[in-house]
Amino acid sequence: MKLNKLSLTVLTLGFAFLYLPIVLLIGYSFNESRLVTVWAGFSTKWYGELFADDQMMSAVWLSLKIAMGASTGAIILGTLAAFALVRFGRFWGHTLFGSMINAPLVMPDVITGLSLLLLFVAMGQLFGWPSERGSLTILLAHITFCTAYAAIVISSRLKEMDLSLEEAAMDLGAHPFKVFWLVTLPIIAPSLVAGWLLSFTLSMDDLVIASFVSGPGSTTLPMVVFSSVRLGVSPKINALATLIVLVVSIAVCIAWWFARKAERDAQMLPDEE
Amino acid sequence: MKKLLNCFSQGRTWIISVPYIWLLLFFFIPFAIVLKISLSESAIAIPPYEDLISYADDVLNIKLNLGNFHFLLQDDLYFLAYLNSLKTAFFATVLCLLVGYPMAYFMARAEASVRNVLLMLVILPSWTSFLIRIYAWIGILKSNGLLNNFLMSIGLIHEPLEILNTNVAVYIGIVYAYLPFMILPLYANLLKMDLSLLEAASDLGCRPWKTFLKVTLPLSKAGIIAGSMLVFIPAVGEFVIPSLLGGANTLMIGKVLWQEFFNNRDWPVASAVAIVMLLLLLVPIALFNRYQAKEAANEAK
Amino acid sequence: MNVATSTATMADSAKRPEQTILQIQQVTKMFGDTKAVNDVSLEIRKGEIFALLGGSGCGKTTLLRMLAGFERPTAGRIILDGQDITALPPYERPINMMFQSYALFPHMSVEQNIAFGLKQDGMTRNQIGDRVAHMLKLVHMSKYARRKPHQLSGGQRQRVALARSLAKHPKLLLLDEPMGALDKKLRTQMQLEVVNIIESVGVTCVMVTHDQEEAMTMAGRLGIMDSGEICQVGSPTEVYEYPNSRLTAEFIGSVNIFEGVVNEQAEDAEELLITSSELECPLELSLNASVSAGMPVAVAVRPEKISVSFERPEQAANWVKGTVSDIAYLGGISTYHVEITGGRRIQCTVANVARSTQDRATWGDEVYLSWDTASGVVLTS
Repeated sequence: MKLNKLSLTVLTLGFAFLYLPIVLLIGYSFNESRLVTVWAGFSTKWYGELFADDQMMSAVWLSLKIAMGASTGAIILGTLAAFALVRFGRFWGHTLFGSMINAPLVMPDVITGLSLLLLFVAMGQLFGWPSERGSLTILLAHITFCTAYAAIVISSRLKEMDLSLEEAAMDLGAHPFKVFWLVTLPIIAPSLVAGWLLSFTLSMDDLVIASFVSGPGSTTLPMVVFSSVRLGVSPKINALATLIVLVVSIAVCIAWWFARKAERDAQMLPDEE
Repeated sequence: MKKLLNCFSQGRTWIISVPYIWLLLFFFIPFAIVLKISLSESAIAIPPYEDLISYADDVLNIKLNLGNFHFLLQDDLYFLAYLNSLKTAFFATVLCLLVGYPMAYFMARAEASVRNVLLMLVILPSWTSFLIRIYAWIGILKSNGLLNNFLMSIGLIHEPLEILNTNVAVYIGIVYAYLPFMILPLYANLLKMDLSLLEAASDLGCRPWKTFLKVTLPLSKAGIIAGSMLVFIPAVGEFVIPSLLGGANTLMIGKVLWQEFFNNRDWPVASAVAIVMLLLLLVPIALFNRYQAKEAANEAK
Repeated sequence: MNVATSTATMADSAKRPEQTILQIQQVTKMFGDTKAVNDVSLEIRKGEIFALLGGSGCGKTTLLRMLAGFERPTAGRIILDGQDITALPPYERPINMMFQSYALFPHMSVEQNIAFGLKQDGMTRNQIGDRVAHMLKLVHMSKYARRKPHQLSGGQRQRVALARSLAKHPKLLLLDEPMGALDKKLRTQMQLEVVNIIESVGVTCVMVTHDQEEAMTMAGRLGIMDSGEICQVGSPTEVYEYPNSRLTAEFIGSVNIFEGVVNEQAEDAEELLITSSELECPLELSLNASVSAGMPVAVAVRPEKISVSFERPEQAANWVKGTVSDIAYLGGISTYHVEITGGRRIQCTVANVARSTQDRATWGDEVYLSWDTASGVVLTS
């Protein structure tokens, strides 16, 4: 089969390209030597150094806190936005609203970062709030661009949902608010989880926007990584990368397991009539 | 037909207005402020610019300073940076498409069970840190890096190639980082394609390669546009990749904006740079928006 | 209960043998500029199964959704058991609906689905348990109480949906295309099963369907709908045998329609004679409509009422000569398409009683078609 061979080659090369750098990082995180090119034996000393780095650890902690807040805020706003987009037909400024959901997906970070900074400065001058830039301004900025991603993830699930499920709940006597809690929310829950996780990683990953809107004393993980990487290759970063890959892989495995379980449940065959 | 449930109508205004106002405040209004600052004069102050409107001695002064834009025109640096950014983003997008299309195509045609694994494999890298994945390439591309060592060990080259700190490294970085964004919409599009159309084409005597050109490719236009815009637009303003892989000589507008802002502390010029970049990207962004709106409308049917 | 309307209902019901439970009064629904439902008035009797039958876009689903409360009428009133429910939201109406897609909550088990409506009413845990067990038994699903909807077959899902909509003992049960999601073979079986369950509970039921066979099997009375209006209401036999318009005649079953003009007739004549340019002999039929001489009318004759023979019939009216142009063999019956002079084709069905095909007409044969005076129906519109 010619086609199969071709497809196998294309996919192997493609995935090798995607994964080779990550595999190398993991390998070299256990390298005794500081140099990437030389293998000087197995060692976990860079992990020790990573955990001993107070600046790095406090940056990790701050990034985690901001990411939690940003992703939670983003799915709340994103759910509302998804409802507005999917359920309410056309309303005044519908096109503008749709653009404000879609544009952040492609907007270069430098523009978003600069514009938000200028907004915070102007707000500070006009209202005295936010009085200084720091983790709060980063949080607000992250909520804003994560909302767009969350709204897209949630709205695609909402579009698939059978409207008659909500009608059925209402028909059986549930008030609209209860319909939302008992029927809509459980059904769109997977997309809320997906939206939350996506927002979380986007927030954890953002360097540019955070650099613009942060203030003294609020240094996030990507900012620390960037400044240390600029100075050259650092095995500590390899160790950090390995840990990130590990955490992500575990999370994916858990998600995989749940998905498989749901699939197996679904495959329980109904009895013949 | 989607009809509004009258029971929801009270909550409707509220549900729409909360995200609407948030996005207006934090996404839309900021652009207006950037435009305003781009027309002001830089000053040694906090914040480092003068107000457009001042009121003193019963005189209302509105000063619009076009000097920043004039300055951008005068200095070659900006023009070359814009040009180079557009050029780099364009070729990187084409490269992404060339690499991503075959991958997306074969993924969509794989068996259902394999397909999901492959899809997860494409998404997985984007869940790990973008910054760190770009950093990994430094170790691969530098003169005593893995790639050069490998090529020299097999005797293909005799002295190390200069890749890091060149445009080539930037291309590699962009293609690597944005490949998933190209593959995902293409994959979604190719997966939805009605395979009986291809069977119909071959039944009518079309050879496989021609079927691809005449049927598959035109039908996947929407996916190609979406994927290309998802790569092209952010790549124009990319900062991390040129500053880590491109070295001092690579001129990209995102990097220039960053330097104006952080190194020169010239906020008005940085704003002017951003406004011009936004104007350049207006058409691609509008194209992307239209595609997304069309997709949404198609799904709603 | 509203006093004014209740007395009106009492007075009305005194006149009729059956008690009216639902009154739809001049209901109109506009979507933008289009009239989805146009000035519909209808009365549903207590305990009956009533089917709204019509093609897609005829307004039947909109009418049903107005009964359920998902759409508000633009004009008109809906009165259920003496209470005006026009403005009541769906969750306050004593009406439950079985959805076309069944709309079973995917995240809840069969039990939880059936208990959902009861929980909204604030029943105690024990009461709910008893009621759910009873409903499960009623639909023969006790074994599957803990299954999730996606683990059930189509027929089982339908039973659960039915049990869920009956659990609250609604005053009115609505069925939206009840067999729409089932395959053909299962459909026939479920039609009878659903009717048996509904009748054993004794609930009044309004269903919507586009399938005439389904409507005729399940319902006691039908309402034929077209472009937002109700064209005819009656029992399946009435609607089939005595259609009042071309539209109903053509919608239910197949029919041959002849255009013609009413002849002069004697005052006390029991038969009506009609001259049709399409036929050589006149059409004769029992008087079943008020017509006057010279009036242009259409006469409908059902295919199974026409007999096929090789000899010329002796009667003076109601026959025609033609050539067999097509035969559709359907097993139990065959449908003949016979071309008569002028090129017009007439359909007639012949029961295949004997196994041999020797005596039957075949392609190209010249045959005579004839029917009784009782078979034709005059359609004035």
